[in-house]
Amino acid sequence: MFRRLPDGQATVPVTIDGRPFTARAGDSVAATLFAAGVSACRTTPVSGAARGPFCMMGVCFDCLVTIDGRPNQQGCLVAVADGMRIERQSGARIAADTPLGQS
Amino acid sequence: MNLASSCDVAVVGAGAAGLAAATECARCGLATVVFDEQQAAGGQIYRAITTTPLKDRTVLGVDYWHGEGLVGEFARAGATHVPGSTVWAVTRSDDGFEIGVSHDGVARLVQAKQVILATGALERPFPIPGWTLPGVMTAGAAQLLLKTSGLVPEGRVVLAGTGPLLFLVAAQLARVGGRIDCLLDTTPRGQWRSAAAHAVDFLRSPYFAKGLSILRDARRAARIVGRVQQLEALGTDSLQRVRFVAGGRSEELPADLLLLHQGVVPNINLSNAIGCEHRWDDAQLAFVPVVDGWGASSVAGVTIAGDGAGIAGARAAEARGRLAGLHAAHALGKLEAAARDRAAAAAQAELARFTRGRAFVDAMYRPAEALRIPSGETIVCRCEEITAQQVIDTVKLGCTGPNQMKSFLRCGMGPCQGRLCGLTVTELIARERNVPPGEVGHYRLRFPVKPITLGELAALPQTEEAVKAVVRIGKAH
Repeated sequence: MFRRLPDGQATVPVTIDGRPFTARAGDSVAATLFAAGVSACRTTPVSGAARGPFCMMGVCFDCLVTIDGRPNQQGCLVAVADGMRIERQSGARIAADTPLGQS
Repeated sequence: MNLASSCDVAVVGAGAAGLAAATECARCGLATVVFDEQQAAGGQIYRAITTTPLKDRTVLGVDYWHGEGLVGEFARAGATHVPGSTVWAVTRSDDGFEIGVSHDGVARLVQAKQVILATGALERPFPIPGWTLPGVMTAGAAQLLLKTSGLVPEGRVVLAGTGPLLFLVAAQLARVGGRIDCLLDTTPRGQWRSAAAHAVDFLRSPYFAKGLSILRDARRAARIVGRVQQLEALGTDSLQRVRFVAGGRSEELPADLLLLHQGVVPNINLSNAIGCEHRWDDAQLAFVPVVDGWGASSVAGVTIAGDGAGIAGARAAEARGRLAGLHAAHALGKLEAAARDRAAAAAQAELARFTRGRAFVDAMYRPAEALRIPSGETIVCRCEEITAQQVIDTVKLGCTGPNQMKSFLRCGMGPCQGRLCGLTVTELIARERNVPPGEVGHYRLRFPVKPITLGELAALPQTEEAVKAVVRIGKAH
């Protein structure tokens, strides 16, 4: 659905559902998914319908994914990091917290 | 990150208005903190302006690169910028306001004497059949992917809708060699008649020449089909085809990507939850906060700048940001009224220059009623998957407004908190009841305006009084 212009060099290793992919430093998780050819990132809790990033600016919540084990993260607002584990999520997720006291 | 627990001015949003407001406040010597959800300053218009991989400046154009100066002067002014932070509450406290904000998964409370909301705009909901399918997204979203990551749509790409941004995106994608199979123009016919009343202002405005060149570039980039109606996105698990009616004929196009856009509307979730007064603006078909010439809202100490106070564009937002900043500096005793007024003159002139011609744009690109107010099985609330028919049926049961609608349907109660359905629900109810949208009103929004986890809330530092209150209850048992 999207291709990367030669201006954007990809250098950041991440995994998407366990498969290795190289993202560009500064890319959001949602942009990384598009660059990897992934347009559907979750299924909805209500009907199980497939959804993908829609607004890319933090308002629609359709880009919710599990990042490094934490579910329900807005993929368009989180920047990729070295070794980041990105997972698509299905249905309702338990909103696991950052363990208390960690920051 | 280390963040002071109090400041003079808290600015929400680091787009054109927020950056200008914070720059003015910091220059007046106020401790100013800017909270912004994005990773870098610039908002959506100037998104990724310091980090974009696009080296060819002609792609995004001079209006985009104008933001470089704005971000630069903000960086030099000495305000604190907190990127990647989400403000979820603004409540009254003894000495002004308490801001609830999350950063890196940790919530905290920051005190501020004055609050400037610069929450900008979001794209108007475009509720057509199939608009929730993967492969359907907003034209603005595709533009952000280009700005932030140098990603260009490929495959069979269809753009649909109305408004200047749709044509701008088509032109920008064409400049980087993006393929656009078709642009479906849904602008209703004959709107130039109502727009004509504002034509003289438009012809004298900075938007006229830019508009002509964008339209020329868009026409070169794609086959344009005009007066499109009954737009539908078709597919099972993802988009496969786009169906529409034009000139009385139904047509289907195979498509991998459908980019929708029918204008932008103010992002009022915070101002609504704070309790600022809002009014229905029939020219912009949206609720806008009621503000004075400085951007001061009905809540003392809360000033609203930029598109969040009514759509007027980036350069107007910058001017309104300066006025809001000067207003806050005066309110906090850093600027005499005369000095404030002298400093405001240039911003007021800018504002006049960049609001001229807007009325023409609003009238010319007024989105079609049938594409704003859906029917049947079309999803209205994307989060809770509520259809137009469910909303209509609930009105028939006697439900008169969007807040009651929540109790019946959970409509507007998902994670987006009504951002993608609020206007649609209001207009649907208004049409069913045959009353003006202003009479129906908008969702009454509440804090937190963005989801945070219970753990974040529980880990908030407590005041001594709050801890004692809980301990006392414990002892009573």
